[in-house]
Amino acid sequence: MSEDKYVPESKLAQWFDNRLPLLTLSHHLRGYPTPKNLNYWWTFGGILTFFLIVQIVTGIILAMHYVAHVDLAFNSIEHIMRNVNYGWLIRYVHANGSSMFFLAVYIHIFRGLYYGSHKPPREMIWITGLIIYLLMMATAFMGYTLPWGQMSFWAATVVSNLFGAIPLIGENITAWLWGGYSLDNPTLNRFYSLHYLFPFLIFALVILHIWALHVPGNNNPIGIDVKKNSKETMSFHPYMVMKDLLAMLVFILIFFGFVFYAPNFLGHPDNYIPANPLVTPEHIVPEWYLLPFYAILRAIPSKLGGVIFMFASIFILILLPWLDSSKVRSAAFRPLYKKFYWVLVAMVILLGYLGAKPPEGIYVILARVATTYYFIHFLIILPVLGRYEKTDPLPTSISDPVLDEPSIIDKFKKTAGEYEGEKVDTFK
Amino acid sequence: MIRLNNLLLKIFFIVFVTAIGNSSYSDERKIELIKNDWSFKGIFGTFDRTSLQRGYQVYQEVCSGCHSIQHLSYRNLSEKGGPEFTLDEAKAIAEQFEITDGPNDEGEMFTRSRRLSDKFASPFPNVQAATIANGGAYPPDMSVLVKARKGGADYIYSLLLGYEEPPAGYELDEGIYYNKYMPGQKIMMSKPLFEGSVEYSDGTQATEEQLAKDVTTFLVWAAEPHLEASHKMGFKVFLYLIILLTLVYLSKQKVWSRLDLKEDSNQKEETFDKVERAATEYEGEDPKTFR
Repeated sequence: MSEDKYVPESKLAQWFDNRLPLLTLSHHLRGYPTPKNLNYWWTFGGILTFFLIVQIVTGIILAMHYVAHVDLAFNSIEHIMRNVNYGWLIRYVHANGSSMFFLAVYIHIFRGLYYGSHKPPREMIWITGLIIYLLMMATAFMGYTLPWGQMSFWAATVVSNLFGAIPLIGENITAWLWGGYSLDNPTLNRFYSLHYLFPFLIFALVILHIWALHVPGNNNPIGIDVKKNSKETMSFHPYMVMKDLLAMLVFILIFFGFVFYAPNFLGHPDNYIPANPLVTPEHIVPEWYLLPFYAILRAIPSKLGGVIFMFASIFILILLPWLDSSKVRSAAFRPLYKKFYWVLVAMVILLGYLGAKPPEGIYVILARVATTYYFIHFLIILPVLGRYEKTDPLPTSISDPVLDEPSIIDKFKKTAGEYEGEKVDTFK
Repeated sequence: MIRLNNLLLKIFFIVFVTAIGNSSYSDERKIELIKNDWSFKGIFGTFDRTSLQRGYQVYQEVCSGCHSIQHLSYRNLSEKGGPEFTLDEAKAIAEQFEITDGPNDEGEMFTRSRRLSDKFASPFPNVQAATIANGGAYPPDMSVLVKARKGGADYIYSLLLGYEEPPAGYELDEGIYYNKYMPGQKIMMSKPLFEGSVEYSDGTQATEEQLAKDVTTFLVWAAEPHLEASHKMGFKVFLYLIILLTLVYLSKQKVWSRLDLKEDSNQKEETFDKVERAATEYEGEDPKTFR
């Protein structure tokens, strides 16, 4: 985005850069102007990139020792845990890494929702981000199948059976996904193959996501446009790099807390029981990060309806830039939206909680209420707010709220007050 | 408006409290497990070596009649962070068991005694044989049993001590026992540990609690043989990260102090001075005309 054309110093570098402008790219990335008022919620993009790389690296090492076969998969995991040098560490990093990845992505998404980062001109950042999120869910789901424990097997059974709900062709689709007439070795093999492929698709989409980001530049907590290359921005390196690094280290500290001291806290004990198609676990639950969708799935009385609503709950987010029609981006200046935002957060947490509960009694009723609210929030509340909400006046520059100092007007009033005898309050 | 705020706040609060106040899985046990001060818990937790050795003895003399531990090898018994038998002791243990090996040069299978590199001998050749020999209930492999049960070590310990007479009027079929910690209270394993079931070679009193504690410790190690290594490395990693975090924090402060966040306020200061000067010039005039 730098206006001046970058020319490398040495002749060799110029020759290279004219043919493959990697140096220009690097120059652009370093100098990329970021608003000075970005808070720590903006550091999760970097954290997510870090975790993607961690997952890919540990995943590649695990793939060197893992055996994708129904009779051997469970044992090969135990082999990794016991006999491979630091195999326990690599596997626990990979397993807990996925949880941390999702934790970070949820914070990242909800940060976007709060500050209106999905709004024009950033719709494509939002949409590429959602596609990444969808791929992440598919990848995580297939990865969870690979140890071939009880939860692996039964969660995969539940999810692949969902497609059976599609009228007419449903059963054919399920058989096609399974590669047979039951969830068996062919299924495990294709899940393994795709589990290895998808992270690289995610990686490619992350590049698009960042590319799309670098066109309009970052949104910011105030949500107003900043003038690029002005006093309102700073270069990405070293300022944001240092801030990202600091936040990342704190996050990594929490991550390693899980890895070394509670590595199985986020998993389900049943997945240490080898898969048995003849014994159904008492409660089949997915990993925690998929629980809200699982709750929506089970809240709807019909199977097909549940499937439709579950997918709709994600695809509705793609339409968000158009459903949320308010011109003001940041919730800081939208008093009503801010409140509904927190209700939505609470509802999603509630759905996650209900996803872990058996579908009976009060849990079903609550799940229906929360599901209904979820859709009302996006389909009714947001469009209505966009039209009728009275927003607070926006500042003209991000530097006003950045500097938490008495505003110039207050100072002026104070000084003016020293001109005694005058009506100070009437000052503008 | 105020009422709407209050309502929304209440909804949020209630939802949040319910969500936080419950753990994520639904099969909440009604009965409190017996909590134990395990030496392997906590940041510096390590196994009690003698307890592990006694635990192996309990496993060998009591559990191994029905339960396999197919992912442990005899060499593990002498490895660091485990019971740490000497190499010779572990070898001697391995040699007590036989294994069918082969085929040899003549194409025949043969039987030999086990070596350090061999896996633990299993009591039954396969799951089906184990199931039929135990009245239709497969005695689960104990390799990762502790990790496969909610409550982990506390659950195993409690279960071992949880056998009691069923409440009056409670119907139990033949071959089914009452255990208050078992989900559903019905268990097909008969009470395994009694005072004196095992005669400890180190002279420790073999009370029921002691036996349960030792064998549970052994099973925790069997499920997580690298637990001590994990705790040790975790501490080093934390120490390293905290130092790094401090350095990065200081660097970040230093780098950001270069950032002219203040420049804008300097500009303001200038504007302010101008306004003040203007105000002075207008002294005596109606301040309302000021902008």
